Amino acid sequence: MELDPDDVFRDDDDDPENEFYQERNAGKELVVYLVDASPKMFGTTCLGENEKEETHFHVAVSCIAQSLKTQIINRSYDEIAICFFNTREKKNLQDLNGVYVYNVVERDDLDRPTARLIKEFDSIEESFTKEIRSQYGILSGSRDNSLYNALWVAQALLRKGSAKTADKRILLLTNEDDPFGSIKGITKIDMMRTTLQRAKDAQDLGISIELLPLSRPDEEFNVSLFYAELLGLEGDDLTQFLISAGERFEDMKDQLRKRMFKKRKVRRITFSIANGISIELNTYALIRPTFPGTITWLDSLTNVPLKTERSFLCADTGALVQEPAKRFQSYKNEDIKFSVEELSEIKRVSTGHLRLLGFKPLSCLKDYHNLRPSTFVFPSDEEVVGSTCIFIALHRSMLRLKRFAVAFYGSSTHPQLVALVAQDEIITAGGQVEPPGMHMIYLPYSDDIRQIEEIHSDIYSATPRANDDQVNKATALMRRIDLKDFSVCQFSNPALQRHYAVLQALALDEDEMPEIKDETVPDEEGMARTGVVNALEEFKHSVYGENFDEEHEFETKGKVSEASRKRKAISENAVKECANYDWLDLAETGKLKDLTVVELKYYLTANNLPVTGKKEALINRILVHMGK
Amino acid sequence: MARNKEALVLVLDVGPSMHNMLQEIEKVCSMLVTKKLIFSKNDEVGVVLFGTEDTNNELTKEVGGYEHVVVLQHIKVVDGDAVEALQQLPRGTVAGDFLDAIVVGMDMLIKKFGQTNKGKKRLCLVTNALCPIKDPYEGTKEDQVNTITSQMNVHGMKMDCIVARGKQNVDENKSVMEENDFLLGIFSRKTSSKMVYVESPTSLLGSLRTRNISPVTTYRGDLEISSSLKIKVWVYKKTAEEKFPTLKKYSDKAPPTDKFATHEIKVDYEYKSVEDSNRIVPPEQRIKGYQYGPQVVPISSAEWDAVKFKPEKSVKLLGFTNASNIMRHYYMKDVSIFIAEPGNTKAILAVSALARAMKEMEKIAILRCVWRQGQGNVVVGVLTPNVSDKDSTPDSFYFNVLPFAEDVREFQFSSFSSFPLSWQPNEQQQEAADNLVKMLDLAPTGKEEALKPEFTPNPVLERFYRHLELKSKHPDAPVPPLDETLKKITQPDPEQLSQCKSVIEEFRRHFELRENPKLKKSTKRLLGEKPSGSGEEREVLGIAYDVEAVNSIENTSAVKVEKVGDSTPVQDFEAMMSRRDSPEWVNKAIKDMKNKIFDLVEDSCEGDTYQKALECLVSLRKGCILEQEPKQFNNFLRHLCKFCQEKDLNTFCDFLASKGVTLVTKTEAIDSEVTEDEARSFMVKREPKHEQAQ
Repeated sequence: MELDPDDVFRDDDDDPENEFYQERNAGKELVVYLVDASPKMFGTTCLGENEKEETHFHVAVSCIAQSLKTQIINRSYDEIAICFFNTREKKNLQDLNGVYVYNVVERDDLDRPTARLIKEFDSIEESFTKEIRSQYGILSGSRDNSLYNALWVAQALLRKGSAKTADKRILLLTNEDDPFGSIKGITKIDMMRTTLQRAKDAQDLGISIELLPLSRPDEEFNVSLFYAELLGLEGDDLTQFLISAGERFEDMKDQLRKRMFKKRKVRRITFSIANGISIELNTYALIRPTFPGTITWLDSLTNVPLKTERSFLCADTGALVQEPAKRFQSYKNEDIKFSVEELSEIKRVSTGHLRLLGFKPLSCLKDYHNLRPSTFVFPSDEEVVGSTCIFIALHRSMLRLKRFAVAFYGSSTHPQLVALVAQDEIITAGGQVEPPGMHMIYLPYSDDIRQIEEIHSDIYSATPRANDDQVNKATALMRRIDLKDFSVCQFSNPALQRHYAVLQALALDEDEMPEIKDETVPDEEGMARTGVVNALEEFKHSVYGENFDEEHEFETKGKVSEASRKRKAISENAVKECANYDWLDLAETGKLKDLTVVELKYYLTANNLPVTGKKEALINRILVHMGK
Repeated sequence: MARNKEALVLVLDVGPSMHNMLQEIEKVCSMLVTKKLIFSKNDEVGVVLFGTEDTNNELTKEVGGYEHVVVLQHIKVVDGDAVEALQQLPRGTVAGDFLDAIVVGMDMLIKKFGQTNKGKKRLCLVTNALCPIKDPYEGTKEDQVNTITSQMNVHGMKMDCIVARGKQNVDENKSVMEENDFLLGIFSRKTSSKMVYVESPTSLLGSLRTRNISPVTTYRGDLEISSSLKIKVWVYKKTAEEKFPTLKKYSDKAPPTDKFATHEIKVDYEYKSVEDSNRIVPPEQRIKGYQYGPQVVPISSAEWDAVKFKPEKSVKLLGFTNASNIMRHYYMKDVSIFIAEPGNTKAILAVSALARAMKEMEKIAILRCVWRQGQGNVVVGVLTPNVSDKDSTPDSFYFNVLPFAEDVREFQFSSFSSFPLSWQPNEQQQEAADNLVKMLDLAPTGKEEALKPEFTPNPVLERFYRHLELKSKHPDAPVPPLDETLKKITQPDPEQLSQCKSVIEEFRRHFELRENPKLKKSTKRLLGEKPSGSGEEREVLGIAYDVEAVNSIENTSAVKVEKVGDSTPVQDFEAMMSRRDSPEWVNKAIKDMKNKIFDLVEDSCEGDTYQKALECLVSLRKGCILEQEPKQFNNFLRHLCKFCQEKDLNTFCDFLASKGVTLVTKTEAIDSEVTEDEARSFMVKREPKHEQAQ
C-alpha cells in the first residue's frame, strides 16, 4: 500500500470522485451585516470571554470577524457586506445619512470575503473611532431615520443576484430594542410605519431579515417593542423568540464558528412499497466527512494557476488517441472487451429507485453491517400527495415493533442493499437533536465481509475466557471511566482545524502559527483520580497478575532482541561472505554484472546500503559507494 | 510455491435430491474459478462429485469401495476448462455419501502435496446432507469422522461445508438428517472447518467465498486503557467493499499482426501555463495552492510538513458510555475488528473481560486512534463488544469511525406532529401499516433469515463475472438479463408477496396516493426531472391519467403526428386519433398502439415498463370507445392476456387486474357484445388459470 503523506484526509477507499461524497453546488448566500454603531453600543458592556467587560460593539464586530474567518474557508462563494448605521460619516451609493458601508480595496461592497478584508476588519475598532465615528441617527426634531436608511442600503446591496439562486439575508446586530423611543407623536408613528414598510418591501423581494439582539444583564432586549413587527413574529414564534433571545447572543459566536450548511436535498427518490404503491422521498446527507478545500496547482515562479491537460496515449504505438469507448479485462490470456454501455447495463440491476423487500427485527442489523456514512430520508408530498401519510404510518410501526426495513437502492453507479432504520424525533432544550425520519444504512454483501474471527480461532484448545471476577473488575472500571454526556460530534477534527488555522495564518501573513487544541486526547487528569487509578489497578491485577509491568517490559525487550538478533546474524554473515570477493577488482574489470543478486547483496548489507531494486540498481549503488 | 497459493478441492453432491440446487452450484463454483483466473491465477482446483451413477476415483482402484464418487477434475492450476466443466455438472442418480467424497478429496490433496502447503489446502463440500452415510467396516461413523478430522489437522487442511437445504425437504428423514448434522458438527468443532446452512438459492450463491483476500492488519500495538494499562491488540478490516474491477482502457491502434500488443492506454497529465498553452511546467516548478476565499495561497509541501498536525501512533481509550448514546446511523465507514494479540493469553483475557463487561452493561468505548506513524489525522470512533459463543473463537471488538463536529450537518426537519391532520395516519391506516411491517417478514422465526448480508452476493459483481466468462466464448454476447436468483436481491420475493397479498391489499386500500394536482407537467419538467421516457419516473396514480387522456384527445395537436413513437406514445396516439384529414389515421393509430403495447410488455424487465404499457392501454381503450371500435380493443385485450400467459408474463395480467382494466362493455360502446358481468369476470376468471401455470 502506497502511503501519501499529503493525502492524509483521504482514506484508502475514499474515492473523491465518487458522487456519493460530492456536494452539489447549491445557490449561494448573500448576507449584509447591519451593525448598529450608535453610542449606546459603545456605552453598554457585558462580561466577555475572559470575564472582562466588553462593549456591545466589540462583541458584534468580533463576532463578525470570527464568522468571516470560518466562512472564507467553508463557504467562500457566499458574498457579504458589512454596513454600519448610526454613524457620523456616511458612505453609500444612495448617499443616505448615518449609514457607512465598510469595505477594503479591490473588492465590491457586496462580494466574497478576502484575506485583506479579514485582516483590516480585525482592527475595525481603531479605524472606526478615527474615521467613521458613532452618532445617534434617530433624533427628535430631525427627519433622519438611520434604521430606514440602513435597510434601504442593505436592500440596494442585495439587488445583486437573482432571488431564485441566492439566499439573501440581512443580519441586524443591535442592542436598541426601541429605536424610535427618543421621538414622539405623529413623527414617531410615521417613521415606524415607513421603516416597517421598507422592511416589508425587502422581505417581499425575497430578503430575509434576522435580528441578533444584544442584551444587558440587567435589562432584557424587548423584541415586542418594535422588532417583532418588523420580523413578522407572532404568537408562538414571538414567545419562542423571547425565550431564546437572552441566550441567543451568547451562542452567537459559537454558532457562527460552526460550519453552516444550507439544508438541501441530495435527490428525490421514489420508494416503491408493494403492488404499485410508491411514495416520494427526499434524501439528505446529514453526516459526511469534511475534507479541506481543493488544491490548485500553481507555477511556483509566478503563483499563477496552471491548467491540467489530460491526454491518452496508445501504449503500443505511442499515438495520441481520443478517450476510448472500450474497456477491457484480461481473462484467460485474452483481452475481453466491454463497451461503456455494456458496463452500465451490467450495473443496472434494478430500475426502481428504492424498492422495499421486507422487514427484520433490529437485532438482525449487526455492528459490522456498515460501509459508508448513512443517508437520511424524509417524505415529501410535493409530487405525490399521500406520501407523508404512508411514511409516518410505516415509521411509527417500525419504531413500535422495533423493526427495520430492508430495501434495494438501485442507483446507477452503486446499487446496494440498504437498511432503513426509523429514527424518532429527539428534542432537547437546545432544539431538535435528531430529526424524525429514516436513516438509510448501506449494507455489505457477502463479498464485503471478512471472517477474521475464524483465522484466529484455535482448534486445538478453547481460547481463554475472562472469569467472573475479571468481568466484575472490568465492570467496576467502566463505571469509573464513564463519559456521561458523550455526544457523537463533541470533538472538532484537530487535523482539519490545524489545516485551516495554518492556511489562515499564511494567507493573512500572521507571524505566529496559532495553537489548536486537540480535543481528542484522553483526559489525563480524570484518569489520575484515585478512584479511577484504583479500579485500573484492580482490573490489571485481576487479569495480568502481580507483575504486569515487568512482563510487559520483558515482552517488548524479547521482541526487540529477537528481531535485532536476526538482523545482526544476517549482517555478520554478509561481512564474512563479503570478504571472499575482491570488489575493487570486480568493479574495475566490469565483472560485477557476472555476480548473482545474492552476492551483490553481501556487499550492500556489509556496507549498510539499501538492498532493494533491480540488479542494475544494485550494481550502480555499489559503484557509487566505491566512488566510481 | 507462491505465497497464498491455494489448493482447493470442490466436493459436490450431485445426487437426485440436489438437482434443484445444481444450477446455483454450477454458477457459484464456476464464478469461483473465474475469479481465481483473474485474481489468483496460480491457485489449483480439483473437483469431486458424489451421488453419480459412475464411480471413478483412485481410492476405489487401490482399496475398493468409494462407489458413486467421480473425480471430475484432478487438482491442477485453474484454467478455462475448469470453468466449463463446472458450468455443466452431470446430474447424479444415486444418493451420495459425503464422507466417502471427503476422503477422496483429502486423498487427492495428500497425494499431491503431502504434508507441505499447510493451511493452503482447502476442501469445499456442498451437499444437503440428507442421504444416509454407509456404516464403516469397523468402528462407528463417529470414529470414522474422528479419524478423518485428525488426518485433516495433520495435513493442515481446512474445510468449508455448505449444507444447502431447501424448505421442501426439511421434513424428510429426520433421523438421517440429525445424524449427518452431528457428524458434520464434529468437523467444525475439531478442524478449521466452517459449516453454514442455507435454504434459499440466493444465500447458496452468497455462502461460498469466491475470492480469497489475505487479511492484513491495519494496526498492531497497544490499546491504551490508561498510561499504565495497555492491551496488545491487532486490528483488521471486518468489512471492506469489494469494488467493481477497474477495467483498462482499450486501444485498437496496434496492428492486428502484433501478437504482443498490450492494447493499453496510458493517461498522461500535463500542467500548462494558462497564458501560454505551449509552455509545460515541470513538476519541480509546481507548487500546491490552497483556496482562501477568492485567493489561492501557495504552500510548499516542506512548509506544510513543518506545521501540520502530527499525532503519535497510538490507540487510546477516551472513556466508556452508554450504548444508546451512539446511534447506528453515526457509523461513518466500513468496520474494523480488534483482536487480542494471538497467543498472548493475558491480552486475550483482558479483551474478553472488557467485552463481556461492556455487553452486560450495554456500554461502548470511545477511542482515539492513530493507526500508523506519520498519519496526519486522528480518528475518533466507537468500540462495541463482539462476544463469541464458540469456544475456539476469542472475544473481540468491532470498531467504527464516528463523525467530528465538522462532519455533522444540523438540518432542521418538521416534527411529524406539526403536519396537517390529513397527513397523519388514522387508526385503521396505522393498523394496516403495522400489519404490513409484521407480515412482510424477512426473518421469520424458525426459518432462514432472508437476504442476510453474510449470504447475499453482490448482484452486479455476479453479473459482471458471468458476463466476462460468457464473452470469453462469445465476444459479442449481449448482457443477459438478471437471473431469477439474483432478482430476489433487487426485488421483493414474489412468493412472499403472494403470501402477504391480503395484507398488502389492505394497506393499499387504506392509503390514497395521487399526483399533486397543482404541479403541472410542464413545471415538472422544469424542475429537472427526466422526461418520463422509461416510464419509471411516473407514478401509479389511479384516475389521473384517464382525465389526462381524454383531455388531450380533445386537444387538436399542432404538429401532425404520423406514427406512435417511443417517447410519448400516448400523446402520439391521441394526436393521430384526432387527425381528421383521413379516416385511415384512426386505424393506423390503433394498430400502432397495439404494437407498441406488445413491445412494451414483451420488453419489460421485472415489470418496469408495465406502467407505461398500462397508460397506453388506457389511452387505447378511451380511443376505441370514442371512435366506436370496441371490438378492436376487446379482441386485443384477450389476445394480449393469452400472449402474456404463454410468455410467462402473468405478472402483467395481474397488474392489469389490480388496475381494474376491463373489456369495453355494451354500455360504454353500443357495438360491443360484452356485458358488464362478462367484463368484470374477465380478469377474475383468469386467476385460477394462472395459478395452475405456476
